Amino acid sequence: MTGRRLGRPLGRPLGRRLGARWRRSLQLRVVATTVLLSGVVVLLIGAVLIQQLVAGLLGAKEDAARSEVQAGLGTAQLQVDSFDRGDPGSARELLGGVISTLGNRAGAGGRYDVVLLSSSGRQAAGTSGFVSNEIAVSSIPRDLRDVIAVRRVPAYRYVDIRYVDGRPSAPGLAYGGPLDVPGGGAYELYYLYPLTQEQETLDLVQRTLAFAGLGLLLLIGLIGLLVARQVVAPVRMAARTAERLSAGRLHERMQVRGEDDLARLAMSFNTMAASLQAQIRQLEELSRLQRRFVADVSHELRTPLTTVRMAADVLHEERQTFHPAVRRSAELLQHELDRFEALLAELLEISRFDAGAAALDAEPVDLRDVARRVVEAAQPLADRFGVERSGRLRLQVPATPCVADMDRRRIERVLRNLVVNAIEHGGGHDVVVRVAAGIDAVAASVRDHGVGLNPGEEQRVFDRFWRADPARARGIGGTGLGLSIAVEDTRLHGGRLEAWGQPGGGAHFRLTLPHRVGEPVTASPIPLVPDDALALPAGVPVVVSEPPVPVTAGRRHG
Amino acid sequence: MKGRVLVVDDDSALAEMLGIVLRGEGFEPYFVGNGDHALAAFRDARPDLVLLDLMLPGRDGIEVCRQIRGESGVPIVMLTAKTDTIDVVVGLESGADDYIVKPFKPKELVARVRARLRRTEDPAPEQLTIGDLDIDVAGHAVHRGDEAINLTPLEFDLLAALARKPWQVFSREVLLEQVWGYRHAADTRLVNVHVQRLRSKIEKDAEHPDIVVTIRGVGYKAGPA
Repeated sequence: MTGRRLGRPLGRPLGRRLGARWRRSLQLRVVATTVLLSGVVVLLIGAVLIQQLVAGLLGAKEDAARSEVQAGLGTAQLQVDSFDRGDPGSARELLGGVISTLGNRAGAGGRYDVVLLSSSGRQAAGTSGFVSNEIAVSSIPRDLRDVIAVRRVPAYRYVDIRYVDGRPSAPGLAYGGPLDVPGGGAYELYYLYPLTQEQETLDLVQRTLAFAGLGLLLLIGLIGLLVARQVVAPVRMAARTAERLSAGRLHERMQVRGEDDLARLAMSFNTMAASLQAQIRQLEELSRLQRRFVADVSHELRTPLTTVRMAADVLHEERQTFHPAVRRSAELLQHELDRFEALLAELLEISRFDAGAAALDAEPVDLRDVARRVVEAAQPLADRFGVERSGRLRLQVPATPCVADMDRRRIERVLRNLVVNAIEHGGGHDVVVRVAAGIDAVAASVRDHGVGLNPGEEQRVFDRFWRADPARARGIGGTGLGLSIAVEDTRLHGGRLEAWGQPGGGAHFRLTLPHRVGEPVTASPIPLVPDDALALPAGVPVVVSEPPVPVTAGRRHG
Repeated sequence: MKGRVLVVDDDSALAEMLGIVLRGEGFEPYFVGNGDHALAAFRDARPDLVLLDLMLPGRDGIEVCRQIRGESGVPIVMLTAKTDTIDVVVGLESGADDYIVKPFKPKELVARVRARLRRTEDPAPEQLTIGDLDIDVAGHAVHRGDEAINLTPLEFDLLAALARKPWQVFSREVLLEQVWGYRHAADTRLVNVHVQRLRSKIEKDAEHPDIVVTIRGVGYKAGPA
């Protein structure tokens, strides 16, 4: 799934790449969301667990400490009460004894240390006191001492136990109570319990929990990935299959595995594809049969037509010896046979386009030469039509070549069609043929000043057998297929054939061809709306059209 | 001018009409309507030219063309209703010299027939060489050393045209005019197919010809001697 994207430029900002991944990959979103939510849950559970554990561990410690301190205080009170008041020197001795007695109770393991401090001197800097082991007196926080010294009740604090011998300090519990030494003043007795072990236990549990949590998250991530994969993979496969189907590979199907929802998706997908394929096949077959029919008819007509043609020719040659009515009949026969033949030829040409059998034989050609030949050949027709209004057929070409890849025969046919059309519908006015070259295209246009096109006609002008005015057009030659064939010829080149018209303002047809067959045409070097268009009164529509371009536009046939 | 023309066509109306036109121009037409009988009719009539419809019952035109070409170099002109490249090319490759697309005018037909028969008029004695080939124009014979090479009249004309002016490059259009007798631009595929056929007979290696050389984008010329 990532392999396809390896070719991407690496310069893109990471954030945007990730964003794109996030939007595109359902799998990534599923996995990320799962892991994130599970992470929150694991954290919560961990926090509660640790809290419970701490409470349990410390609660037990505090209970033990309370009873030990009370017992210690009782023992110490008894010892000091029995103390002989007159001898201050022995008071120190006695207190030292008390401390060592109490300290000894802790046993060899040093479960706790005992500190005895005088309450009266607690404000002074070098407070004197009795300390078992190497405990620094500063381990006992001032606020604890204040509480005990003033309120004379037992109290405790969690402290940092410091040592005078340079050992690192350790966390601990300081539990203390008041001790009244008769004649010696008020003292405070503290028991200091190091919590190193508890801390270690806690650390261990925390580490274990963290590792377990991470492992769990990883596992959940993997599970999410796996589950998402199971769902996403068929969806992706469906997408790929659909892409291939739409690319025309109608045989593509999805794999159906199992009987679950995804299998159902695959099955429905395949059913859809099959029915689409069947319908397309049917349409293709129908259209093929129809085209085949047209081709066959055109083809089968040719043999009898050849006989008729020859017979008519023989009659035509001998027409001078006939009765005038028969002679005229022979002439009409000959003339109409020409039309019939032209029609048949164009029908066959159209059917070849429809069958996709038209092949382009393109080579670089100067469009000016083609236009010259066409204009030259159409001159006699133009002279005949232009007699009344002295209209002329004119050619405007640039001095520089207008070369593009084209099938000379086809383009000549397109131009001939446009020119003959313009002459026949130009009402005897001037017809102007222009040729020009642009950046990526060459163009030829034919402008007439006849009746032009009415609104609505622009869509139909390229239609088969369409005539602007049936009554008028019949009298003129033309088969009604000329412009349709011109459109197909243009399409084969990947070019454009467009029409502009104005009621009473004449018409302008423009052929634009890319320099190379199949390259896109962005702009035509000749404007479609001619310079000499009538200044339009408001409300008179200008007709500009382009025949609809089918999906096969620009593709090489055959 | 000799004028025995064998019309091979199953359409009796067209055949009759062809007969009328040909007779009117002074030819002597013979008819056969079935591909299977075409070869026998050809042997009986010994025509100077064959007009052959490609669509025939029995053996089709292509097959008949091959059979006739198998035993004679007589000019064959195909009548075809198809203008699609493949049919025309297949017909030409099977040995036809020229083709006319239906529907055609009588004048067109007669012009083609005349053009194909024209060369059978007695030519002046002439000796030509091209590559390692000797051409005896009057005797209508081509030799490589002592080995005789059998060419149809059209192939012979094509080779002779190239050999007469070994310095000149002939465009396809020029060859069409000189060898086939076309006035206007016609189907240059005629030239391509016949050059291929000629090469297959005279070249030592038809893939790398050195007697009839292609000049890309221009046409053909005689190879260096």
